[in-house]
Amino acid sequence: MMEQAFFLILAAFAVGAALSVVVQRSPIYSAFSLIGVLVSLAALYIMLKAEFLGAIQIIVYAGAIMVLFVFVIMLLNIRKEENALDKHRYLWLLAIPFAATLIVEILYTVLKVTDIPELKDRPIIGDSQSIGYGLYTGYLMPFELTSILILLAIVGAVILARREKED
Amino acid sequence: MDIYNLIEWVVKIGIVFLIFMHALAYIVLLERRLLGFIQMRLGPNRVGPYGLLQPLADGIKFFFKEEIIPRDADRVLYMLAPIVALVPALTTISVIPFGDTVNLFGREIELSITRTNISLLVVLALTSMGVYGIVLAGWASNNKYSLMGGLRSSAQMISYELSLSLSIVGVIIFSGSLDLAEIAKEQMNTWWGIIPKWNILTQPIGFLLFLISVIAETNRVPFDLPEAETELVAGFHTEYSSMKFAIFFIAEYANMVTASAMATLLFLGGWHGPFVKDFPLLGPVYFTMKIVFFLVLYIWLRGTLPRFRYDQLMKFGWKFMIPVALANVVLVAALALFLY
Repeated sequence: MMEQAFFLILAAFAVGAALSVVVQRSPIYSAFSLIGVLVSLAALYIMLKAEFLGAIQIIVYAGAIMVLFVFVIMLLNIRKEENALDKHRYLWLLAIPFAATLIVEILYTVLKVTDIPELKDRPIIGDSQSIGYGLYTGYLMPFELTSILILLAIVGAVILARREKED
Repeated sequence: MDIYNLIEWVVKIGIVFLIFMHALAYIVLLERRLLGFIQMRLGPNRVGPYGLLQPLADGIKFFFKEEIIPRDADRVLYMLAPIVALVPALTTISVIPFGDTVNLFGREIELSITRTNISLLVVLALTSMGVYGIVLAGWASNNKYSLMGGLRSSAQMISYELSLSLSIVGVIIFSGSLDLAEIAKEQMNTWWGIIPKWNILTQPIGFLLFLISVIAETNRVPFDLPEAETELVAGFHTEYSSMKFAIFFIAEYANMVTASAMATLLFLGGWHGPFVKDFPLLGPVYFTMKIVFFLVLYIWLRGTLPRFRYDQLMKFGWKFMIPVALANVVLVAALALFLY
């Protein structure tokens, strides 16, 4: 009962904030709405007993990546988006099939999956121990490959930043 | 959940919150008096005995000051900013354990508002959200000094959060837990019955890195670039007056207390000390003493050190702190491998 009420509040907040990301004209409002989405999603994770994932979601996305977003918006001092949509007026036609596909997919999932296991019956998969165990046994290869990819991206960023200075 | 649990919860929250808020007010007084002594003057000592009623007078003054909102400010974000700064700063106290379980009124009571197995991550997450208050304030004021303060704050936060997290990794490796209470309990034994097994002794590098990063994270001297008076008027809170200004102040001091509590729990054995095993109620006393030690250190630093220049700050963060923190992680991991 109480859980459901909390879920509904958080879900409503997440959806509202997500809408606000798209609708807002000012980029800083959009960015802060996105932070709202990320935080409410983290809260939902925590309600699903995935506390580790929820905390990491806030630390990495809301606490680090979004700070960078906000930093760039502030650095460029973008106060308001001016007629940016006029340039891509035809694009909204494309949005309709995309949105339709997405809605069909979601509806399919919701209608197809009927037997949802109770939360307390499921084994704990969201704590740091099981995630660490998974990462270093079954998913070791993808995990290491991802880290190499990130390393490459960092090196690339450093090289790009360097080149600009020499010019 | 039965009714007694609910009552216990509410009482705990009430007591902790009350003590916390009063402590914040008196830390301001402590800072002003200590700074006064450092600078060969007395500091505020007129209101009440030894100036002990000064926080009350300050509070009343803040309430009665005129509230000014700049004409061109972004009103919604301007109002929101102090709240965004305050809420995470006050919420972090809820996962900080300040003692072992005690027996009171025939009930086993845990001396923390709530306990999760990832409380360390919760504190990190909440403190990383605190920067948005400063950033929002800088943006919404529509003032170039405020904006500069907000910009500096976000850059500083990103830079020093890395070395902060990396400095904690060593502690996590040794204690094998993300629960602050577990980490503190891990340090309760002693060597040869005298020297406590505190993490500060096993990982001095990690402790120094943590201390420096945490001072940078809380925007205190010598890392108080976001509000550098000599260059930016007052930085991100230039346009704030009355109670809104006071809220930023409270948030900053709350963050200082959280940082001190974290340093205590991670490196100084938390609430452990002599005779705590026999009298668990001594725990919070030791805990408070250790926190006060760190707070005095903060104030002492403010009284002695000059401010960094901005490029020095960035260079120090990226070219010294992070490499050393990374090396420390490798070192601690290797040690852990050999010792266990």
